[in-house]
Amino acid sequence: MSHADTHDAHDDHHHGPVTLKDGFVPWALRWIGTTNHKDLGTLYLIFAFTMFFIGGVMSLIIRAELFQPGMQLVSPEFFNSMTTMHALVMIFGGVMPGFVGLANWMVPLMIGAGDLALPRVNNWGFWILPFAFTLLLSTLFMDGGGPASGWTMYPPLVLQTGDALPFVIFAIHLMGISSITGAINVIVTILNLRAPSMTLLKMPLFVWTWLITAYLLIAVMPVLAGAVTMLLTDRYFGTSFFTAAGGGDPVMFQHIFWFFGHPEVYILILPAFGIVSTIIPTFARKALFGYDSMVYATASIAFLSFIVWAHHMFTVGMPVAGELFFMFATMLIAVPTGVKVFNWIATMWRGSMTFETPMLFAVGFVFLFTIGGFSGLMLAIAPADFQYHDSYFVVAHFHYVLVPGAVFSIIAGVYYWIPKWTGVMYSEFWGKVHFWLSAIFINVTFFPQHFVGLAGMPRRIPDYNGQFADFNWISTVGAFAFFLAQFIFIFNMMRCMARKGEKATDRVWEGAHGLEWTVPSPAPYHTFEVPPEQISIPEDELTAVHDEFDALDGHKLT
Amino acid sequence: MSVKTMLKFVSGLMAWGMSSAALAAWEVNMPVGVTEISREVHGLHMLIFWVCVAIGVVVFGAMFYSVFAHRKSRHPKPADFHESTLVEIIWTIIPFGILIAMAIPAAGTLIRMEDTRGTDMTVKITGYQWKWQYEYMDHDISYFSTLDAKSNEARRLGSGIDPATVDNYLLEVDNRLVLPVGKKVRFLLTSNDVIHAWWVPDLAVKKDAVPGYINEMWTQIDEPGIYRGQCAELCGRDHGFMPVVVEAVSQEDFDAWVAGKTGGAQEAAAEEAVAEEPAEASVEAAAEPEEAPAAEQVAAAEAPAAEPAAAEMSKDELMASGEKVYQTYCSACHQAGGEGLPPAFPALKGSAIATGDQAAHIDIVLNGKNAMTPFGGTLNDEQLAAVITYERNAWGNDTGDVVQPAQIKAAR
Amino acid sequence: MSQNSTADTYYVPAGSSWPFLMTIALVIFVSGFGHMLNEDMSFGRIAFFTGLGFIIVMTFVWLRGVIHESESGKYNMQVDRTYRWSMGWFIFSEVMFFGAFFGALFYARILSVPWVAGAGPELMTNEVLWKGFEAVWPTNGPADMGGEFSTIPAWGVPFLNTLILLTSGVTCTFAHHGLKEGNHRKATIWLAATVALGCGFLFFQAEEYIEAYSHLNLTLESGIYGSTFFMLTGFHGMHVTLGTIMLIIIMFRCAKGHFTEDRHFGFEGVAWYWHFVDVVWIGLFIFVYVV
Ligand code: HEA
Ligand code: HEA
Ligand code: HEC
Ligand code: CUA
Ligand SMILES: [Cu+2]
Repeated sequence: MSHADTHDAHDDHHHGPVTLKDGFVPWALRWIGTTNHKDLGTLYLIFAFTMFFIGGVMSLIIRAELFQPGMQLVSPEFFNSMTTMHALVMIFGGVMPGFVGLANWMVPLMIGAGDLALPRVNNWGFWILPFAFTLLLSTLFMDGGGPASGWTMYPPLVLQTGDALPFVIFAIHLMGISSITGAINVIVTILNLRAPSMTLLKMPLFVWTWLITAYLLIAVMPVLAGAVTMLLTDRYFGTSFFTAAGGGDPVMFQHIFWFFGHPEVYILILPAFGIVSTIIPTFARKALFGYDSMVYATASIAFLSFIVWAHHMFTVGMPVAGELFFMFATMLIAVPTGVKVFNWIATMWRGSMTFETPMLFAVGFVFLFTIGGFSGLMLAIAPADFQYHDSYFVVAHFHYVLVPGAVFSIIAGVYYWIPKWTGVMYSEFWGKVHFWLSAIFINVTFFPQHFVGLAGMPRRIPDYNGQFADFNWISTVGAFAFFLAQFIFIFNMMRCMARKGEKATDRVWEGAHGLEWTVPSPAPYHTFEVPPEQISIPEDELTAVHDEFDALDGHKLT
Repeated sequence: MSVKTMLKFVSGLMAWGMSSAALAAWEVNMPVGVTEISREVHGLHMLIFWVCVAIGVVVFGAMFYSVFAHRKSRHPKPADFHESTLVEIIWTIIPFGILIAMAIPAAGTLIRMEDTRGTDMTVKITGYQWKWQYEYMDHDISYFSTLDAKSNEARRLGSGIDPATVDNYLLEVDNRLVLPVGKKVRFLLTSNDVIHAWWVPDLAVKKDAVPGYINEMWTQIDEPGIYRGQCAELCGRDHGFMPVVVEAVSQEDFDAWVAGKTGGAQEAAAEEAVAEEPAEASVEAAAEPEEAPAAEQVAAAEAPAAEPAAAEMSKDELMASGEKVYQTYCSACHQAGGEGLPPAFPALKGSAIATGDQAAHIDIVLNGKNAMTPFGGTLNDEQLAAVITYERNAWGNDTGDVVQPAQIKAAR
Repeated sequence: MSQNSTADTYYVPAGSSWPFLMTIALVIFVSGFGHMLNEDMSFGRIAFFTGLGFIIVMTFVWLRGVIHESESGKYNMQVDRTYRWSMGWFIFSEVMFFGAFFGALFYARILSVPWVAGAGPELMTNEVLWKGFEAVWPTNGPADMGGEFSTIPAWGVPFLNTLILLTSGVTCTFAHHGLKEGNHRKATIWLAATVALGCGFLFFQAEEYIEAYSHLNLTLESGIYGSTFFMLTGFHGMHVTLGTIMLIIIMFRCAKGHFTEDRHFGFEGVAWYWHFVDVVWIGLFIFVYVV
């Protein structure tokens, strides 16, 4: 097999990919047609970033309306579509593509593969997204406005949507195709393209968590597709899945939706666990504590996630036996998640830590995610959930796990790996400023929401009684400040992408180990054309860093 | 230190907020409430909260100690342990035990909450977009409960009214749910259109109102008082504007109230007899073919013309009451001047339907379409005739048409 | 385990605009469909059919490209394994898609219909809202949605269709044996038989639908029974159609002499798919028609 197979048709005459210097059309064609995992990883990340920005602006519209009692800026209908769109954009457009982007870049580098297993399908999975989201966002301008029934799309309310409904549903179908193809790709890459000596229990945890996440994806995205298809036929083809008069049940939708929805929230957090489990050992200069149990804990969380869905539905009027079952099952998830938290802390324990930006975000993650986990546990207690449900307490819970959880981990991952991608270091000073502003203002934004929620403020309302006013304005101030702080991040990343800054070494981080650090920075366009022999930084290099480090290569060797 | 900085900042903000003429007390916790169950729930809530705090202190304590003591500058040589089955087992078992200790009281409370046996009276609650209907099954009482007029006016976009000047802004209704204290009251909860949820924090009662199904729940209030809550399930544009207000009174006061209601309801009942209409027309949306929502009671308060339905009404009469109905029910979406809020809500001023075929106009108001609420079940024939006449003649629509209640009756 | 024996280089295909064009085709298609549902027929129809045509063309182009790469010997054993894994997990995701509809069926039969009839904790639902309704299956619900209807008896056409699909599974296996023996003629003939059986199934299925709509008054509108019946059999029918088309493609490839005794994943992938469609049908036959 000739090497030309692995190259773009256009780049035979010079090494590396086509750039703008070769003309606009070839350049555009390169990005449209690329099968290179690094290109696609970059595209995914840029897309996710754009969506974070759009979703962030929507959250600011929400927060601005909630700044004080009374209706000031938008109509209630538009407010509801902002809530709905904000969630859909952040989850399906921000966090999920963000993780896929990191997987695209890093999984092949971490396991010694040349690319993902199905590069063209990978390209397809990416390009579906901008179109699907254009379709989704365009519904805001249709007759009857955008979807306004929350991201959970409960019937019968969602069936009152105007012309937007079919387009929202089709946009979700398209995102489903993208996620399923992406997940299959990740599974097959990990199972089939590992370097010979990379056995399963030597894989970095990021790879493990992504493998398990991918299984969650192929198991639940089709179920979501089925659920929204039933919405479509109920509205346009006269079926009565969700109408009691025909023998159906509106609550049936909720069961199907949350059968997807709960595993979905772990789809949003398991890769984050992987990133944090990669970063902490590096900066603690100490191997991950309890590698095996981390893998088993991740698998247990994934398994449990399939049998807890109805904790989102304690108030729908389930038989009491069902409520008890789902309460107990939900509480159980705290056990494997606790194992993860304890292992991270044990990794830090008696390490030799430094706090570069990725580590700051990782430690921030452990702290703030756990707070979100605690409020999750409170929500799991069914009788208490009757009080919390659909109040701002829930909003506070899931933003703690999603923003300083999932989003912080993406940010941490980007800081951690961008020197490898671009070959230059980001500005450490601005990275630290970014962290401290983010960590402070995320708490200013979401901590007060616990209070208003407990005091009785329902979620998804555009206006409220004066008793909730003070915490709400604080939350709004926090949200604007947090949003602004992200511009530091944009600036820092642009700087790297423009290759301005200190040149990065191949190893980048003193305590880094693992295959991705054995290749040059920036990683060559085609990194592994043959499976590498060696799967991590050789021992002697590690010894040079720390005497006590010798027996380790970042994974369990003993 | 991150926590400290954060706490300082937050408490600084808090202090500032408090001094700045805060509107109400700083509520930071779940209310203890006024029922046995609400106190139990509050107890559970505090229990899990303190358990989490305790675990948090240990876990974060260890973490921040490590962050402080095991940084490179203080601890240059990392240890090399990275595995211990024993500790893994320990920190699996201990949380498990804690969880069991929490699950037991929680299960007990849950079972008590779901036990609807032995109730003294029953109230059927039906959610509508966007109001509640209360039917006392043991007394012949039934009425609607909507956001009170003052809040309703102040909450409009650009109303120019400061919400702070409205008492119980968004938490007050025209007709409260009146309940006796010390009685176990059973609620039968359902909905006429989309899913709503009936929630009063002080009673620790929250349950979804699902169209086509009945959910049961109960409460037994210990202290007389007024307890406020809101609809807690997203139900469309005015979800934020359908409060729940419960007035708990002594048994004597309750009996007096019932007597007043049933006595005074005589004329309403007479009216009901004529206006009685099967709501068949809205099967699709309502899925409740056997229910004839008794909208008439509230209607009696609002529509001045209480003639028998079949009577002809003059155009002036229709226009006058039509304007009232319009401002109450329609202006939320179509705006006071009929200009609508395109693209979501079409203008009626000059609209093809409001100036064209009468039948189409009647049809859309009766049966709704997409986000347009069906009003067939909510408004009676006169009200519908009035509002349609109004729409066909207001804001320069000047069709000159008069729509009579009989036409509505025929169109149902 | 992941080391492959026949090649020591990874295979990465060159850039290609097929996926991008396929995406555009999909978007045109769904926006056409959306417009049709919103009763904007003129634009809707045009976009719908343009999109559909475009999708078919792109599928063809993409598949042809892959077949060409395969036949020109670019794929090593690792790529072969990649396709196997991918097809397997793709089929798994399809199973989950059907799972949603089977879930709806079980939910209706075990929970919602009895509840509306007052079972268990839902006594009042029946007393207050749906008095007189009794739980039976099939049902179109208490409001008698779509009017009275009758069902298709399991042991008539559906049973015949079961036999047809089971037989087609067998003929498909014969074709596989043919390929393994390197006997392309045998494989082609048995594939043709499989295709014929697939078409037969579709024919009877269509007949059944016509019968349901024109004589039995069993339609999509017939309450929860009609909904689950048509959604399950309909999506299954769509999968049979797709499977049959794929079988036809494979048949032609076989006839042209593609595939070798030990490397014929194109065939196997389609066969797996066909067996999956078969298994789903058994589930359907039992839970939709018989029980
Ligand atoms: C990343 C996403 C994410 C994650 C990880 C979680 C994690 C958890 N969530 Fe959350 N959740 C959401 C996202 C997430 N959630 C979203 C988006 C919603 C709202 C959806 C909507 O309605 O729009 C929601 C809503 C939600 C509800 C429904 C609330 C309601 O609507 O009434 C419940 C109820 O049980 C719940 C519970 C939990 C639990 C028990 C966990 C557990 O996994 C947490 C486990 C972690 C810990 C407990 C901390 C660490 C553990 C230890 C330190 C060990 C020792 C601890 C103990 C023994 C206590 N979540
Ligand atoms: C991942 C999901 C996610 C994220 C990130 C956020 C972020 C934010 N959310 Fe949201 N939110 C939801 C998911 C999310 N939310 C969901 C599911 C709901 C429920 C919807 C419903 O009820 O149906 C909700 C609802 C919701 C509400 C309640 C609305 C209501 O009930 O009416 C509010 C109100 O304050 C709110 C506010 C905010 C704010 C201020 C942020 C801020 O944090 C936003 C600022 C963030 C950014 C600007 C992005 C920063 C990220 C980066 C910079 C990363 C860069 C990335 C790369 C390099 C790839 N959100
Ligand atoms: C929930 C908001 C809402 C309320 C309240 C509401 N409408 Fe509508 N109305 C709509 C929407 C949305 C449409 C557009 C429906 C469509 O075509 O999809 C509409 C359409 C109409 C039309 C047809 C206009 C046209 O030209 O298409 C008429 C007439 C109408 N409404 C009358 C009324 C009357 C009378 C009332 C009060 C009794 C009322 N509406 C209350 C939302 C509302
Ligand atoms: Cu009714 Cu929300
Ligand atoms: Cu959940």
